[in-house]
Amino acid sequence: MANGGSFNVNIYEEDYDYENLGESGPSQDPFQLFKEPACNVQGNPGDIQMEMFTKNSDTSDSESTSSSKESYNGCRLRSLQRNNWSAATRRVLSSMPSRKIGLHSSAGMAVRETCALPTHQTSSRVSLHIPRVTQDDITSPEFEEISTEDEANNLAGSGLWCTETNKEQLVSDLRGLSESEGLRKLRAMPLSLADKMEIRKHFFSPLAKNLVINRNFPCRNLPCMYLSRMWRHCRYAPRFSTSLKLWNSSMKKLSGRYGTGVLSYFTFLRTLLFINLLFFITTFLFLVLPQAIHPPPDSHGESFSWIEIFTGMGYLSRSLMFYGYYSNITIKTTSITSMVPYCIPTAYFFTITISFFIICIILVYSMSKSFGKSFQVFKSDGNLSENVFCSWDFKVTKKPSIRLQSEKISTQLKEQLSELASREEERTLMQRFRNFLVHVAAWFICLASIFFSALGVYFLSKTISKVLQNLDLLFMAAVVSGFNLLLPGIFNFCAWMEKHNSPCTRVYVSIFRNLLLKISLVIILCYHWLGKIAVEQDPQVSKCWENFVGQELYRLLLMDFIFTVLYTFLGEFVWRIFSQKILRKNRKPVFDIARNVLELIYGQTLTWLGVLFAPLLPAVQIAKLFVLFYMKKNSLMLNCQASKKPWRATHMTTAFITLLFFPSFLGAAVFVAYTVWKIKPSSGCGPFRNLTSMLESVKLWAERMKDHHQILSWLFRAYNAFTDNPIFLFMPSGLFLLLIYFRIQVVDGQRRIIRRLEKQIDDVS
Amino acid sequence: MGTTASQLPKESLSEYQELTFLTKQEILLAHRRFTELLEGDERNHPNPRVPMDAILTLTELKSNPFKKRICQVFSTSENRDGSLTFEDFLDLLSAFSDSATLEIKSHYAFRIFDFDDDGTLDYGDLEKLVNCLTGETADTRLSSEEMRQLISNILDESDIDKDGTVNLSEFQHVISRSPDFVSSFKIVL
Repeated sequence: MANGGSFNVNIYEEDYDYENLGESGPSQDPFQLFKEPACNVQGNPGDIQMEMFTKNSDTSDSESTSSSKESYNGCRLRSLQRNNWSAATRRVLSSMPSRKIGLHSSAGMAVRETCALPTHQTSSRVSLHIPRVTQDDITSPEFEEISTEDEANNLAGSGLWCTETNKEQLVSDLRGLSESEGLRKLRAMPLSLADKMEIRKHFFSPLAKNLVINRNFPCRNLPCMYLSRMWRHCRYAPRFSTSLKLWNSSMKKLSGRYGTGVLSYFTFLRTLLFINLLFFITTFLFLVLPQAIHPPPDSHGESFSWIEIFTGMGYLSRSLMFYGYYSNITIKTTSITSMVPYCIPTAYFFTITISFFIICIILVYSMSKSFGKSFQVFKSDGNLSENVFCSWDFKVTKKPSIRLQSEKISTQLKEQLSELASREEERTLMQRFRNFLVHVAAWFICLASIFFSALGVYFLSKTISKVLQNLDLLFMAAVVSGFNLLLPGIFNFCAWMEKHNSPCTRVYVSIFRNLLLKISLVIILCYHWLGKIAVEQDPQVSKCWENFVGQELYRLLLMDFIFTVLYTFLGEFVWRIFSQKILRKNRKPVFDIARNVLELIYGQTLTWLGVLFAPLLPAVQIAKLFVLFYMKKNSLMLNCQASKKPWRATHMTTAFITLLFFPSFLGAAVFVAYTVWKIKPSSGCGPFRNLTSMLESVKLWAERMKDHHQILSWLFRAYNAFTDNPIFLFMPSGLFLLLIYFRIQVVDGQRRIIRRLEKQIDDVS
Repeated sequence: MGTTASQLPKESLSEYQELTFLTKQEILLAHRRFTELLEGDERNHPNPRVPMDAILTLTELKSNPFKKRICQVFSTSENRDGSLTFEDFLDLLSAFSDSATLEIKSHYAFRIFDFDDDGTLDYGDLEKLVNCLTGETADTRLSSEEMRQLISNILDESDIDKDGTVNLSEFQHVISRSPDFVSSFKIVL
């Protein structure tokens, strides 16, 4: 029997009133033998259609129906009866991810089973086992046997889509959906391409004679169809994500050799490159370009020496690179700006703050996506079945890397098995005490080294009070980068000494120590800049303290790059030569992913800190990342081998994006906010000269604009009301807290249900 | 519907784009690589079928321990000998592509791991799977005792209905908990 075009949705509405179910529901089954499947809460009517189709395929023959009725009843008796769940429980259960996956694949299962079964079945009646979830017995898959006759002959060829009635039914089911929905459903079905093309032919056939089809198909005349087809082509045209295909071939080669872990470092690098590109384009268009077209009157050409590239003094300090060049005028001279005057201080302020805001949104969005993907972020090593089913990386193609991967998996499995076996063994008191002492010693060494390096930087910054020349300026930056290079070596030694139980803990501990080092160094420097230089504004150090801070950050960034080059050269290239020629071992060094990613995050933090004082710093960072990519790639190919330790790529990528957002970006944002709000700009240079704070320029601009434009005055009043009245702060935060609490309760409820279900299965089986 | 000569007709291209998860460039590249595998005279055949040995010369599959299973799963030939037409090849690439859904990937992963094609992963399938993962050399292979312990642990963890085998739903349940699966179940030409 063909499915009618109108479906009864009443059964759904009581339970799933808040879910969007799409245009169709279950068909009215005259035999009322089967309960309608009810778990499609995501509104995928196509799946319901698939189930309806497979179910209806047997109602076409009453004989088969009666036999299936008997088997159905038998199944019912055998199956686990869970009729005492409330509607709310069923609702929650039906939205569990494993449920939805089961539904989607039920169709595929049907096809595959019919293809597989001919080898076992010789009778004309073929039984298909399809996991089915019904409305009442929603907690247990109910296995129904559905017989289809006259199909054994056709099975080997085209699977389930042999009879005309079947095809028509599926087609009419799909046609109940909109075109794009239907195509999407079709694409996601695990069928062969030939089958899909046949179904699609029927689905998009414009000469359909069936009345049902005409009723459902919204666009019957030809021009409309052509338009919709063109729209479809546009949508499936090269997707925008393909534009992010920079370095794709190199990354494919790398993943072929080293696997997903190393690839995640290069993907992270590419992401940072694009973030910096975005920042650079914004500042370039709105800030650098207008100022470049209208150079300030007091700028004059100076002699240029190569050392200045490194120190940032001299010619560079009086260029677009640094804050001091920018003037505090309002441009009115050109034809466009005489109508709409372009105020540079306001532009400066708004460009920087709005770029920060955009990047904040981008980072929060990618962080939430990442978290969604790797939900069990804080769980340690996965269990065995996950490791066996999910750990093979299909991207690895080179034979030696595949061998290494097999070794890695084998070691991991053996370790986990031995850990399981020895879990009952208790270590003696002496052993535990000794372990504890080793841990304490290691932590003491690490923390002491961090403390002393921070102290060293602090005293160094205090003693540099006189004006330095040329390369001496680089001394401070070199010291900071030197600490960043050497101290992680000490941390690695401590980690080797400690011998953590799980490799996950070891990675986390080393990341934490490294991070602590970098954070403390950056905090000392920021305190020195904002607390001393900006406040004292000593004319001996610099007439323009913002320039000084900008130059410091520029030098730090450059020295960081030079030291990375040095480390890559010495740590990888020379070490490989040394270990091969002198030590005669065939082991190449291993690429330390965590350390390199933290270096990237550190460089990015410096860029964000410095962009207020040196608007072209993102350009420097872009150039640095570009060179870094090629250098690291070549060094990796030449010198390093793949790691033998397992690396959970998605998990660690989430951790790195979180680190990029939380200490790095937020710290820089706090720094910039504090500077803009509290610190007095220098009086001799820059776009904010002679103001008490950078924020004041905006207030003055708003005052000026208020008289001209009504909208702005209204905005201004709204802004004042917003900041003065604390209720506007409490209400959104209260709302957010409520939402978070609600989500936590839902997750908690789901966990409890899972535990109860498992217990029930244990009791029954 | 198949490939004619060495050019891919435009309607077929857009059709493939709509029905698979591949982009236009990926389909064209796949077409190029596929025709390279054909012998000269076969190229004019309307729907050529490449034998399994030729497919296994592709660099992406050459050293993969699951290469034979992959070819067998995606093959639509009568005797399941692992030979692929261009459309089977596109099916393969689509399932292993970047944008394929978790459901498709887990479905095909299950079929690839089901060495005896009986619809469930029983002891023999799991044993073969682990041997493929750990490789050929003697020191990476698990001993029989370790294998037994491993498989019993796997069945403990993933066999929910306690029938001694892992069926598709149970497999997909395990997969859905692992975030790395989608990114590692990828082959890109």
